[in-house]
Order: sequence, then C-alpha cells, then structure tokens
Amino acid sequence: MSLVFAGVCSHAPGITGRAKRADPRLRDAFYAKLGELRARLEAAEPDALIVIAAEHFANFFMNNMPAYCVGMADGYEGPIEDEQWLGIARRAVPGNADLSRRVIGALLEEIDVAYAEEWKFDHGIMVPLHFLTPRYDVPVIPVNINCQGPPLTPLARAYEFGRALRRACDAQPERVALLGTGGISHWPATPDSGVINEAWDREFLARFVANDRASLISYTDEETLRDAGQGGFEIRTFLAVAGATEGATGELMFYAPIPIFAVGCTVATMTVR
Amino acid sequence: MSLYYVQKLLFELNRDPLVRKRFETARDELLAEYELTAEERAAILAEDIGLLYVLGVNGQLLMHYSALIGQRWDEYIAAMRAGVEKHGPVRAGLYSMLKDRR
Repeated sequence: MSLVFAGVCSHAPGITGRAKRADPRLRDAFYAKLGELRARLEAAEPDALIVIAAEHFANFFMNNMPAYCVGMADGYEGPIEDEQWLGIARRAVPGNADLSRRVIGALLEEIDVAYAEEWKFDHGIMVPLHFLTPRYDVPVIPVNINCQGPPLTPLARAYEFGRALRRACDAQPERVALLGTGGISHWPATPDSGVINEAWDREFLARFVANDRASLISYTDEETLRDAGQGGFEIRTFLAVAGATEGATGELMFYAPIPIFAVGCTVATMTVR
Repeated sequence: MSLYYVQKLLFELNRDPLVRKRFETARDELLAEYELTAEERAAILAEDIGLLYVLGVNGQLLMHYSALIGQRWDEYIAAMRAGVEKHGPVRAGLYSMLKDRR
C-alpha cells in the first residue's frame, strides 16, 4: 500500500504527568483534539505507526549518537520514566521487525540511518501513544532524530529524511501511518520551563501547514536556540513529516500554550496524497 | 570538567535498574567507574540538582534523575533556580548558551 496518514502532536511529559494542574478548559480542549487525531488515525486503518520522535537520552547518548535511528524489533517497552511521575504505566508496545527491516533497507538507499533492535520508549513516544493508540494494538516503528546533543542534523537533511521515508513507506505493501512528535518553542527541564514563544510557534506552524520547505529549513540553530530554546531543536520531527508529505499542505487542529505542560500544545495533520 | 561522565552516569542510572541498584547499595564503587571531578562527585553524592544544573547537566537527564530520586516538579524547578542563585550561571554545555528568559 503506502503512507496512509501523517500527523504531528506534542509529547511533553507534563501533558499526562501534570494533567491535574493545567487549566481544565484548555487541557480538555487539547485532549479532545488528540482524540480527534486518534479518530483520523484509526480511520486510515494503519498496519503500523511510524513515530518520529526526539528522544531524551533514553537510548542514545553522546558515546555513540546517531543523527537518525530506526527501531527494528518486534516489541518495545516504556516508559523509562517513573510511572507515577509521568502518569503512564510501564508496558510492552508491539513492533514489526520485518516491516522495519524493509523500511530501513529502502531508507539506506538514500540516507545513512542507524538501526536499533532494542529501544526503550520515553515520554516522547509514550505520551502520544497514550492518546493515539491507547489499546496499544498498532505495531509501532520508532524513529529518532537527535535533537538533544549537538552537533545536530541540519534542517534540510531532516526534510530530506522525510522524503526518503515517504519513498520507503510507499514501497511497502502495508498501510503505514506517520506521526511526528516534538515541541516547538520551549525550554523544558530548565528553570525557564513554562516559557513559550507563541509568536514564534505560530509562525513556524504557518510554515509547516503550508509545507513551505524553503522557509522551514531557513532557521539557523543559533536563531532557534535564541528564540525557541533548546527544545526548539525538536522542529526536526515536524520537518521530517513535511518532507514525507511534500507537495501537500496541512491542517492545524489545535495550538495553545499550556505553561504547566511546558510547551505550546499542538495537534496537526498533513494531507497524504 | 568531566561533564560528559556526569551525564553518562545519569543516563545509565535513569535507564538501567542494575545501575540504580548499585547506586543504592554500592554508590562509592559505582562512582569510581566514572571520571568525575571532586565537585561533580560531591554533587552526585548529595543529590544536589541545583549544582548539577549549574555544572551543565542536560535537563532531560536531570529531569529524569529528579523524578528518580522522588522530587516533585516544583521542587525540581526550585532546585535549579536555587543552584543558579548559589553557584552562578550554567558553566558548560548547551544550556550555558541560553540567555536568561526571566
């Protein structure tokens, strides 16, 4: 078949871990849109879900840091975090090693990706799954783009990775869904946690839903660090989804800064042509 | 500075139950396996989140470690702020390049 769904959403640990402390009106509106994203994902009837995440030192460290890594196992587990702290119980998550192997093989024609047969999910994948596949009945293929330990892959390469991933998905008989998950502007896990640059976020999201490659790849890391914090580096996950849906535009379903979640909470889809 | 090794210790503590067990039962022996300065070693022994932040430990490692040692969210944020008050700005790593947003 081919790619059948593409979306993005936020993954901040506060979304589940500090749920009770958020403005209920905003929180519930955000959760409702995540529910709508889930409905759209289910309507696409995916055989597997590729999650492009920006993990936070759960598996990869500066001793051997891949710019891009794809999981290749029949099962994963998560979260690595304290279950009470995150508000998500530790559990097994199904994978599909055979599909992973074929996708990775196709990717390697164009992009030098690493692969991993072991992978423990952190909040970056578990929070989206908690809302989007709460029965954990869709096999997941995790993808990581290093957004934490510079030097980082350039934005143009993240877009190119998305393009290659699209071709790799389209070459498979399965129905594959794609989810990108990252923060936009945020300063997570620092004393400035909760600071959100809403104007920067809205400008970025306008570029994203327009799938305007030139403007999406125009940010320098220095600008992003200054205006959007170190968490802003995670826009690479959005760029990969934009690359995978090049030529199509998207729909911003929800955006609202929720400071106790430490991020501008976002839900969006891209049309898959 | 051996920021790399402080972070490596926290990375392994956060994800590996066996390292966590050794941290509880044989902390000195475990720490001897990492090239830490005296200040780094003291900060780890004291579970001093504020000093670890100032030394440049990435918050994504520190946040998980904070949860591991049972800190509540507000305590974690307050500990980092207290660390900066006491020891000055972040000395190394990515966060030393961030400007103060407050």
